[in-house]
This record gives sequence, C-alpha cells and structure tokens, in this order.
Amino acid sequence: MSQLDEGITTLEEQQEMEDKVVSPEKAEEAKLKARYPNLGAKPGGSDLLRKRLQKGQKYFDSGDYNMAKAKMKNKQPPSAPTEKTEITGDHIPTPQDLPQRKTSIVASKLAV
Amino acid sequence: MAGKRKLSERPGGGSSDVQWCFSQVKGAMDDDVAEADIISTVEFNHTGELLATGDKGGRVVIFQQEPESKNQPQCRGEYNVYSTFQSHEPEFDYLKSLEIEEKINKIRWLPQKNAAQFLLSTNDKTIKLWKISERDKRPEGYNLKEEDGRYIDPNTVTTLRVPVLRPMDLMVEASPRRVFANAHTYHINSISVNSDHETYLSADDLRINLWHLEITDRSFNIVDIKPANMEELTEVITAAEFHPDQCNTFVYSSSKGTIRLCDMRASALCDQHTKMFEEPEDPNNRSFFSEIISSISDVKFSHSGRYMMTRDYLSVKIWDLNMETRPVETYQVHEYLRSKLCSLYENDCIFDKFECCWNGNDSVVMTGSYNNFFRMFDRDYRQDVTFEASRENSKPRSVLKPRKISTGGKRKKDEISVDSLDFNKKILHTAWHPLDNIIAVATTNNLYIFQDKLN
Repeated sequence: MSQLDEGITTLEEQQEMEDKVVSPEKAEEAKLKARYPNLGAKPGGSDLLRKRLQKGQKYFDSGDYNMAKAKMKNKQPPSAPTEKTEITGDHIPTPQDLPQRKTSIVASKLAV
Repeated sequence: MAGKRKLSERPGGGSSDVQWCFSQVKGAMDDDVAEADIISTVEFNHTGELLATGDKGGRVVIFQQEPESKNQPQCRGEYNVYSTFQSHEPEFDYLKSLEIEEKINKIRWLPQKNAAQFLLSTNDKTIKLWKISERDKRPEGYNLKEEDGRYIDPNTVTTLRVPVLRPMDLMVEASPRRVFANAHTYHINSISVNSDHETYLSADDLRINLWHLEITDRSFNIVDIKPANMEELTEVITAAEFHPDQCNTFVYSSSKGTIRLCDMRASALCDQHTKMFEEPEDPNNRSFFSEIISSISDVKFSHSGRYMMTRDYLSVKIWDLNMETRPVETYQVHEYLRSKLCSLYENDCIFDKFECCWNGNDSVVMTGSYNNFFRMFDRDYRQDVTFEASRENSKPRSVLKPRKISTGGKRKKDEISVDSLDFNKKILHTAWHPLDNIIAVATTNNLYIFQDKLN
C-alpha cells in the first residue's frame, strides 16, 4: 500500500469505528454475528421464548426418567430381593401400589 | 421493641453513616457444590425474626434470630436453625414426559395471626402452604398408656388421674396445610400474598392466577397473555407482586422490559392494564442484546407503596407509580459488562435472574452481581457501594471493605479487573430485614448475614 492509501479510511470503516466508540453493545453484537452467522434475524423473539417456556429435560417416558434418576444416584444399591414369603400374583398392581422412588431426604447443609 | 434501634431513629438512615460488618455464614465450605444445595430463594418474615431459605433440592431451612441477651444489649441476636423440612419433591409429568423440578422458586411469609407461622413455598408447578408450629409441652400421666407408649392392661388400673401438660424440649414442626396444584401450565416464577391476608397470586410465564388461601380446588385466572397462535409470542411474564396496601392492585413485569399495573376492580380478567411503565429506547442504540438485557428479572414495591423497583440485567430502576413514561431513578449495577455481552450470551449468564430488595424505610436498595459481589444504592445520599460475600472477610464483626472494579487500562491496587471476575459466583438472591440493618445474601450455596456496626 502506498503512503497515500494508509491515511484514508473508508466510510464503512469510519461508521464501524464510530459504532465501537458510541456503543460497546454493537461491537459485541458484531462479535456474536461473526461467530454465529446463522443466528436468527429476530433475536429475543420466538426461539428464545419458546426455549424458555419449555425448560426441563424431556424424557422418552417415566421409565426413562427413573433410570436417569437411578444413574445419578449410582451409590444406591439395586433394590433388595423380594422376600420369599411374599405371595406373588395375589393382586394386580396399580400405580398407587408401586413404591414411589423418592429422593433420599438428606438434610440441607445450611441446617448444620 | 426494647433494644432494637429502628431505622427511623438513625441519623440519615442511609449508607453514609452505616458500616456493614460480617455477622454469620451458613453452609458448607467445600468448593464441590451439590446441585441440591444451590440456594434459590431467601426471605425474611414480617418482623425479621425469621429468615427462610429454599434450595434446588426442594428443602426449606428457617432461621430464627436469638433474642438479645441482657448481658450485651448492643449486640443483635444471631440467626440459628429453627426448622427445616422437605417442601417439594421431584415429580414427573407423564403427559409431557417432562421432569418437574423440586427447586423452590419463591417463599413468601404470611403475616402472623396466631402462635403458628405460615409460609407459601412454590416450585415450577405447585404452591404449598406450610404451618410451622412450636410444641414445648406434652401430656403426661395417661391412664392406659405407659410413658414409652406401651399399653397398660385396663384390669390393672386401680385409680384414675387426669393427664397434665409438662414442659418438654422445644420441638418445631412443619406441616403442609394446603397444596395448590394443577393450575399452571407454564413455570411459576412468582407468588405474592395480598394485603387482605386472604388471597394471593401466582404467576407463570403466560398467566397469573388468584387464589384464596383456604381454597385449593380452584383459582381465578386474572391475566392471560398467551396468544392464540404461539408463533406470535413476543413476551413472557417474568415477575408479579401485589401492592403492599391496595388489595386491588398488582403489577407484573415482562421479558420486554415493561411493567403493567392492573386493578382488579376494573374487570375480572386484567388483560387490559391500568398503567404501563416503559422507558423509551433510542432506536439507534438497539442491538441484538437490547431486548435480552431489558428483560426484567424482579419487581418489588417499596414499603410505602409509592414506588416500585425493577431489576434488568445491567441496572436497577425506581419507578414512581404516578409516572409511566420513565423511571425516576436508574442505578447501574455493573455497566462494565456491556462490553462483555457476547461472551455472557455464549455462557448463558446474560439470562441470569437477579433479584433486588428495599431496606425498611425505602432509602437504600440492594442487588447482587458476579464474583460474589453485591451492590447497595443509597437513594438519599446518591452513593453506591460494592461489597463481596466471601469466607476471607468472615471474621466476626469485621467491617466489610468496599470493592472497586477497574474498567480502564490502569488497574489501581486493590481493584479487581473485569476479566478476573468469576461469573460462576453469582449473587441472585438477597433480602433485607424489614425493620433493621440486617441483610441476608446468598452465594451459590452459602448464606451470609451482615449487619451494621452498633457503636
């Protein structure tokens, strides 16, 4: 580049420099767009809100959910073998009869 | 209250003459934080004697302030554990195949009516009314039962006696008195007890319901912003609160930075607001982040009922209820983060929901920030201060040293540079004693109690 060229900045560059000086937010926006060019045209719009409305992990079914919970507490031993004295097939179990997998009630560390 | 210096007696009352000192810290010291131990809400009751915390594991811990000892009349009582219980348990929504977290989103105390204490605690879907009562006597001298519970053979009884109540070690019992369930499709973010002491509201992302404390099988929907077509969804409800003394008035804030005030006398469904508070935005300054950082994470009425405070990502704003066009005061919490928004978006910190609170006489407001910093803004003296909640400053009664963040190139001694801030250490929940200069500040898993120096 000749010495003449170095002194001249284009109008675009000037605007960009102004933006940087005027608004750090716009500079950050430019950074973001550079990293994620596919970011939606409507920011803070439906996508973000939709994601917010449906927070929480989706599971395939309750079995999947309980398996995931069990994995988290892998220090818990597998369920104890049923007593041999129990009569099986006595009645058809209903959801109310099944033992609920409750979280182990560990006291809060604030209450020590 | 003998011995308690009320804020109104204090000269100035603001932070100019207040020296904040460390008082107590609760919680484990180890860095390995279990998710269940993450504190999710902190709330003083109406006298300040009780302090409740809720955590991600669905547990509530209530601390009680010890009465001032006669030996040290200038020393305030410490907060010690009064009761702890499991408020909510994890559930599974079979219809949607989604987990319902047991995390306690909010706790609100009911004003005390009798010997027992009542509070409302809520997770994403269910609100529960808990009764906390004391038992310090027990009946002794049954005719048909031994002291250990074994039954006496009636044939051996020769005389009859009347059981008497004898003192026993204090036992504090918590029991769920009401369960308000199945009224929210979306996630509950707020509950607020009405000044009529009979009703309360619960707000989720799109709807607000009004309940009667005695009735659990129905609630009235008073706000519904769900669009007919979900594609047209542009904003969600972020917080809601009843006016402190006008039982017909409540406000709700949105993700777009607006606050709507509604009057329940106007209509059954308050979709039409009575007032809308919104600060006009300069369209030239609009960026991708504008709407996200304008989202209001908390709204709180002043004790006087004349003002309300909102917290958005970078600032705290005080609004006069008589003026909808702009806030009367704006305080920058951590303006230096404006040039970090890109990375804060990438690590999701930009979505952190900070709360805010007023002091007892509405002269000072407080909110949290990152690096375990919290900020106080004195409205009267126009001063602000930054403190840090850390174990390093936790010598009993040691005065807190104000912190400074260096934003420019030259970093002075004792200043902390923006780049060295720890964004995993966030103070989202703070509470101020309603009558005294005692504050509760929650870091991720620890609860700090600070108070002002008494002589």
